[in-house]
Amino acid sequence: MEPREVQTGTDRVKRGLAEMLKGGVIMDVVTADEARIAEEAGAVAVMALERVPADIRKHGGVARMADPTKIEEIQAAVTVPVMAKCRIGHHAEAAVLQALGVDYIDESEVLTPADEEHHVDKWAFTTPFVCGARNLGEALRRIGEGAAMVRTKGEAGTGNVVEAVRHMRTVTNEMRALTTMDDEQLMSAARDHGAPFDLIREVASTGKLPVVNFAAGGIATPADAALMMSLGVDGVFVGSGIFKSSSPEAYARAIVEATTFWNEPEVVAKVSHGLGEAMPGISLDTLGDTERLAGRGW
Amino acid sequence: MTRVGVLALQGDFREHLHILESLGVGAVAVKKPEQLGEVDALVIPGGESTTIGKMATRFGLIEPLRQSIESGLPTYGTCAGMILLAGAVTDGDQPLLGALDVVVRRNAFGRQNESFEADLDIDGLDEPFHAVFIRAPWVEKVGSEIEVLAEVDDHPVMVRQDNILATSFHPELTGDGRIHDMLIEMV
Repeated sequence: MEPREVQTGTDRVKRGLAEMLKGGVIMDVVTADEARIAEEAGAVAVMALERVPADIRKHGGVARMADPTKIEEIQAAVTVPVMAKCRIGHHAEAAVLQALGVDYIDESEVLTPADEEHHVDKWAFTTPFVCGARNLGEALRRIGEGAAMVRTKGEAGTGNVVEAVRHMRTVTNEMRALTTMDDEQLMSAARDHGAPFDLIREVASTGKLPVVNFAAGGIATPADAALMMSLGVDGVFVGSGIFKSSSPEAYARAIVEATTFWNEPEVVAKVSHGLGEAMPGISLDTLGDTERLAGRGW
Repeated sequence: MTRVGVLALQGDFREHLHILESLGVGAVAVKKPEQLGEVDALVIPGGESTTIGKMATRFGLIEPLRQSIESGLPTYGTCAGMILLAGAVTDGDQPLLGALDVVVRRNAFGRQNESFEADLDIDGLDEPFHAVFIRAPWVEKVGSEIEVLAEVDDHPVMVRQDNILATSFHPELTGDGRIHDMLIEMV
C-alpha cells in the first residue's frame, strides 16, 4: 500500500500546521536553554530569534534574522515546531530560513524592514508564513500574498496588551460588518480595506478569517492571554513576557495554563498566584511614532 | 443520541467537533475528568503531543483517561492523539497513556517542509482516503494485538487494537467522515 499523488507545501498542509497549534502558546526564545524551558512549560512552538523585542527596543540598530547556528541549536534542543523571523520583504532571509528547515517563517515588523513597498511572495515557499496585521485589510493582503497564519501585531516588547486588543477588536468588528453586506457593498468594502475581493467575499460568507489567527505584541501575564482568547484569537505568541519576567519558568507555565482554561477564571486565578514581577511595561503614550513597530509594513 | 467527547486541552479539537456533528452524533469538548463518564466514545485530536500530555498531567486527566480507555471506551487518536495513546516513543520523555501496544516515532517524516497530503488505501474502506500528514508520526513497532490498516513506505500510519483506533494523519482537516464513522460504529 503506497500513497499516491503525494504533495508537499500545499495550502492545506501549510495552514494545517497552524491548526495544530491552536489553543497554545508560542514563545520567543534566544537560546537552546530557553527553548527547553519553553517546551517544558508546555509551549506548542518556539520562535527562535537573536534578541527579544524588549531588547531590540532597548538596543536599537538594525534587527535581522537570527544566526543560523542559533536556530540549529534551538532545533536540536526541542521536538516542538521551531519558527524564526525574517525582515519584511527580505525574501533572501526567508529562503535561508526555509533551507534551515524551520517549521514556520514570521515575516515580522519586530525586525527592521528590508523593503518598505513589498512583502515577501509567500506562495513561492514550501515553508508556511505567519504575518502580523492591525486590521482586516492588512490580514487579507498578507493571506493574499500566501500567509498561512496571521497574528495581531500588537506593540511588541512593551508588555502592554492595549494594542493587541485594539487590533483584534478591529479585525472582529470589520469581519462582522462584512457579513451583513450584499455583493455591491462587498466590492466597495474590498476597495476600502485594500484587500482582495475573493477573500472579502469569503470572510463575508464564513464570518471568520480563512487562516488561524493568534494574538501577539504585549501579552505579559496569564490574564492577558485569557483576555486575548476571550476576544476570539486561536492562541497567543508571548515575546518578551516570559524571559523578561522575574521567573520565566513560572510565567511560561502559567500563561500556557491560562490559555487552555481562559474561560475558567478560577483556573486563571490559581495559576496567577505568586509569579513574581511581570516584565516591565511601557505606556504607549511615551512612544514616538518611530518607536512603534506596528506601523512597519502595510 | 451517541455522545462523542473530544479532548479539548489544545489542538484542532474544534475541527473534530464539527466533523462529528456533521455525522449526526452529539459532540462534546472534554476538559475535565468527570466529563469522561458522560461520553460514549472519545477523540484525542491533533496538536502538540508534549503540550497536551503536560496539560493532561497537570489537570489530573491522565489516570481517568487511562481507566476509561482500559475499561473499553472507544477511542480514536489523530497524530498527537496517536502519540499520546502509544506505549512508548522512540526518543524523548513525555507523558503517555500507554493504551496502544506500539512504539511511535515522532516527526517521523521530517519537519514541516516534508509535511504532505496524499491518497491512501485503507483496509475496510472501498475508496482511497485523502490523508493530510503534518509533522506526522509513524508506528515504529507493533505489538501482537495490533491490526495495521494503512501504511506509508512500509510504516504503519493507521492501526487498531480492540477499542482503540489511531491515525498519523488528520481526517478532521478534509471533512471526510469515514474514519470517524469507524469510531462511532465501535460504540
